Amino acid sequence: MRIALFPPIDIVLIIIACWLALGLLSLFSQRSATPVTRWVMPASALASGALLAAGLFALAQPPETAILPLGLPGLPFHLRLDPLSAFFLVLEGGTSFGISLYSAGYFQQRTPRQLGILSLEYHLFLASMALIFVADDAYLFMVAWELMALSSYFLVTTDHEIGEIRAAGYLYLLIAHIGALGILLCFGVLHGAHGDYTFDSMRAATQTPFWATVAFLLALFGFGAKAGMLPLHVWLPEAHPAAPSPVSALMSGVMLKTAIYGLLRVTFDLLHVQVWWWGALTLGLGLLSALFGVLFAAVQTDMKRLLAYSSIENIGIILVGIGLTILFHAYDMGLLAALALAATLYHALNHAFFKGLLFLGTGSVLHATGERNLGRLGGLIHRMPWVALLSLVGVLAMAGLPPLNGFVSEWLMLQAFLLTPSVPHAYLNMMVPIAAGALVLASATAAYVLVKFYGVVFLGQPREPRLGQAHDAGGWERAGLAWLALGCILLGLFPVFVIIALDNVTQSLVGQGLAASASAHGWFFLTPVSPARASYSPVFFLGVVLLVVVLTFLAVRRFYHGRLRRGAPWDCGFPAQTARMQDTAEGFGQPIRQIFEPAFKMTRQLPSAFDEHPHYAVSVADRFWHALYAPTARLAERISGLIGLIQHGRIHLYLLYSFGTLLLLLFFVR
Amino acid sequence: MAVPLSSQLINLFAALLLLIAFAMLSQRRVLSLINLYALQGLVLALSTATVAYSTHQEHLYYSAALTLFLKVLLLPWILHRLIRRLNIKWDVETLLNIPTTMLLGIALVIMAFNVALPISQMAGTFTRATLGIATASVLLSFLMMITRRKAVPQVIGFLSMENGLFFAATSATYGMPMVVELGIALDVLVGTVILGIFFFQIREAFDSLELRHLERLRED
Repeated sequence: MRIALFPPIDIVLIIIACWLALGLLSLFSQRSATPVTRWVMPASALASGALLAAGLFALAQPPETAILPLGLPGLPFHLRLDPLSAFFLVLEGGTSFGISLYSAGYFQQRTPRQLGILSLEYHLFLASMALIFVADDAYLFMVAWELMALSSYFLVTTDHEIGEIRAAGYLYLLIAHIGALGILLCFGVLHGAHGDYTFDSMRAATQTPFWATVAFLLALFGFGAKAGMLPLHVWLPEAHPAAPSPVSALMSGVMLKTAIYGLLRVTFDLLHVQVWWWGALTLGLGLLSALFGVLFAAVQTDMKRLLAYSSIENIGIILVGIGLTILFHAYDMGLLAALALAATLYHALNHAFFKGLLFLGTGSVLHATGERNLGRLGGLIHRMPWVALLSLVGVLAMAGLPPLNGFVSEWLMLQAFLLTPSVPHAYLNMMVPIAAGALVLASATAAYVLVKFYGVVFLGQPREPRLGQAHDAGGWERAGLAWLALGCILLGLFPVFVIIALDNVTQSLVGQGLAASASAHGWFFLTPVSPARASYSPVFFLGVVLLVVVLTFLAVRRFYHGRLRRGAPWDCGFPAQTARMQDTAEGFGQPIRQIFEPAFKMTRQLPSAFDEHPHYAVSVADRFWHALYAPTARLAERISGLIGLIQHGRIHLYLLYSFGTLLLLLFFVR
Repeated sequence: MAVPLSSQLINLFAALLLLIAFAMLSQRRVLSLINLYALQGLVLALSTATVAYSTHQEHLYYSAALTLFLKVLLLPWILHRLIRRLNIKWDVETLLNIPTTMLLGIALVIMAFNVALPISQMAGTFTRATLGIATASVLLSFLMMITRRKAVPQVIGFLSMENGLFFAATSATYGMPMVVELGIALDVLVGTVILGIFFFQIREAFDSLELRHLERLRED
C-alpha cells in the first residue's frame, strides 16, 4: 500500500532530477576532485540502483502516465511508464550502477576542473537516456534524444586536445544528426490528427500500408544510425575508443539500446500493421552488421576498437531478433513472435552487462599500463588478478559459453530460427537456414575474437618491460566490475525468472507471453516452446562443469604428485626466447584476414629479406568508407560550393534576394 | 454616402505616408532623410491616435504615444548625433539613378495595391483601404535599402520599413497586442544602437562607410 503512494513513474522522475542535481553539484567542486569521486559518483550509483528497483517493480504494473508541466506553453511533456519502458530502465539502472561505482575510482586522476564538467555531462547523459525511455510524446522524445546526442558528444570529446578525438566526435555528431532527422520525419509521418504529437494519438491514428512502410523505413534509418547498423556504423569504432572507458561502457551498453527501444516502440507500439518484408529487411541488415562487426573485430589491434566492432556485431544480433519478431508477428504467430522478442530483449540486457564489463576492464588495463595496443600488452593476469578474473567472466559471457548469460539469449534466438519453417512463405523458408548459419558463424567468430582479446591481454608474457609495474584496479573499480560480472552470472543461471519478468513486455508488444510455456517445468529448466523441442538448465550445466573440474582436480591430486611445479616452457630447440616471440593479435587474426580477404580493404607493407631494420605494417580499412561515405562527402562539398556562388558578400544583393522572395511570395500566396 | 471625418483623416494620413515614402526614395541628403523619417513617424502617430479616437481602443493611444516618443524624438535624435559624430551630412550616392528608382517605386505601388486588394476586402475595419498603402510603403523602404550605397540610409530604410509594418497592423486589425508592439519598439531601438556601434567599427576598419568594402569579408 505504501508503494502505491509513490508510483514508479514519480520515482523515475525523482531519480532523473537527482542525476541533474548531482551533475550541477559537481560543477561547484573546482578545487578538489575528491567530492565528486567520493560522494557524487556513489550517490549517482545509488540513484541507478533505485532506478533498477523502480523498473523491476514497474515491469509487473499496468502502464502509468504523467504530465510534466515543462516544455513550451500549451505543449507539456507527456510521460508514460509501461513494461517496455520499465525493461529498458532496468537495463539502464543495472548497467549504470556498476559503471558509476567504477567511475568513482576511475576518474580520480582527472583534474578537478575537467572532472566537474565530465560529471555534469555524464549525469546529463544518464538523465536524458532515462527520459527517452519514459517519453510519451514525440516532442519530449526528440528533446531527450538530442540531449543524449549532445551530452555524449561532449563526453566523447573529453580529451579534445587530441585531433583524432575531435574528428571522431565530429563524425559521431554528424551521423547522430542525420539519424535524428530520420526519426523526426518518422514522427512527422506518424502524427495523429490535428498535428498532435503525443504517442497516444499516434497509437489511435491508423496508417495506410504505404505510409506505415515509410514510417518504418525512416525509423529503421534513424534508429539504425544510432545503433550502428550497417551501413551507418562508421562512427561507432571511432567514437567508442575516443571516449573515456566508463563512457564507452555506457554508450555501448545503454545508448545503443535506446535505438533498439525506439525501433521497438515505433514498430510494435505506434504502428498497427507490420509487413513481412520489413522483418526480412531488418533481419538481413542485422546479419550483415553481425558478420561485418565480428570480422572487423577479429583483425583489430586496439582493445577498444575491437570491443566497438563487437558492439556492431551484437547490435546486428539484436536486429536479427527484431526482424524475426516482425516476421512472426506479421504472420500472426504470437508465441514465436514472443520468443523472438524475448530473445532480442534478453540479448540487449546481456550485451549491456558483458560489454559494459569488458569496456571497464579495458579501462583498468589502460590506466594500469597506459596502453591500448594489443601488441604491447600481455601477461597481465599476474599483475592484475582481479581485473583478469572479472574480465574472464565477461569474455566467457560474450563468447556465448554456458552457463553464462550470452549463451541463453543466443540459444533462444536460434530456437526462434529453428521454428521459422512454419512461416507460410516458401522463399523465406529457404533463406532461413542460411541466415541461421550466418548467425552461428558470427557467434563462433565472436568466441574466436574473445580468445584473442583475452589471450593477448592477460595471458602469456608481458610484451613490454614496463608492464611489470602495472597495478590492479582499486576498490571502487573492482566493485563496479564485480557488479557487472555478477549480473552476467545471475542472468545466465536463472533465465526462467528473466523470461517471466519479460512476460509483460511481450504481452504488451506482440500480444502473447512466454512465461507459461517457459516456466512450465519450474525455474530449473528453461523450455521456450515445449520440452519436446528443447530445454536448457544452466544450473544443471554449472553443476556438471563444477563436478568435472573437482573430480579432475582430485584425480590429479590422487594419482599424480599433486604439487604445483613451474618449469621453463618448451623452447623448440631455440634457446633465446623473448616475450616478443609470442603470438600477437595480428598473428592470431591472420587466418580470418586471409579467409575473408574480400571483405577488407587491406594495405600491407612487408619487409624484404635484405632490410636492415625490418618493419611490418598492415592496416585494414572499411570498404564502406571508400564506397559510400567518401563519395557522399565529396558530393556534399560540391553542392555547398555551388551554393557558395550566390554568396557575394554584397549587402545589396542579399537584400535583393529577400526582396525578390518577398515579391514572389506576395504574388503567389495572396 | 458621406464618409465620416475620421475615415477621411486616416486616408489623408495614408496618402501623406506614401508621399513621404516617395520623398525618402528620391532624397539624396542624409540629414533630410532623417527629418523625413521623423515626419513619417509623426504622421504615423497622428493616424494611430485618430484610429484610437474613432474606435475607442484604449491601447492604441499608448502605441501612438510610444510612436511619438520613439520615432519622432528618440531615434531621429540618435541618428542626428550619429551623423554629426561620423561627419556625414553630404549627399548619398545611389546605385540606380533617382528617376529609375521612382519608376520602379510606382510599379511597386501598383503591385502592392493589387496584392492587398483581397485582404482588404476581407478585413472588417474601416481603415482597410489603407492596407495597400501600408504594403507599398514597406516595399518602397525595401527598395530604398537596396539602392543606397552607404550604411546610414540603409538603416533609415530599415526603420521606415518598420513604420510601414506598423501602419499595416493598425489599418488591418487596429494594431497588434501591446506586448508585441513594445517588443518591436525595443527591437528597433536596440537595433539602431547596435548598428550605430557597427558604423564606427566599419569606419575604423575600412576608413569609409561604403558597403562595398564589406565584400572583402566574403568567405572563399
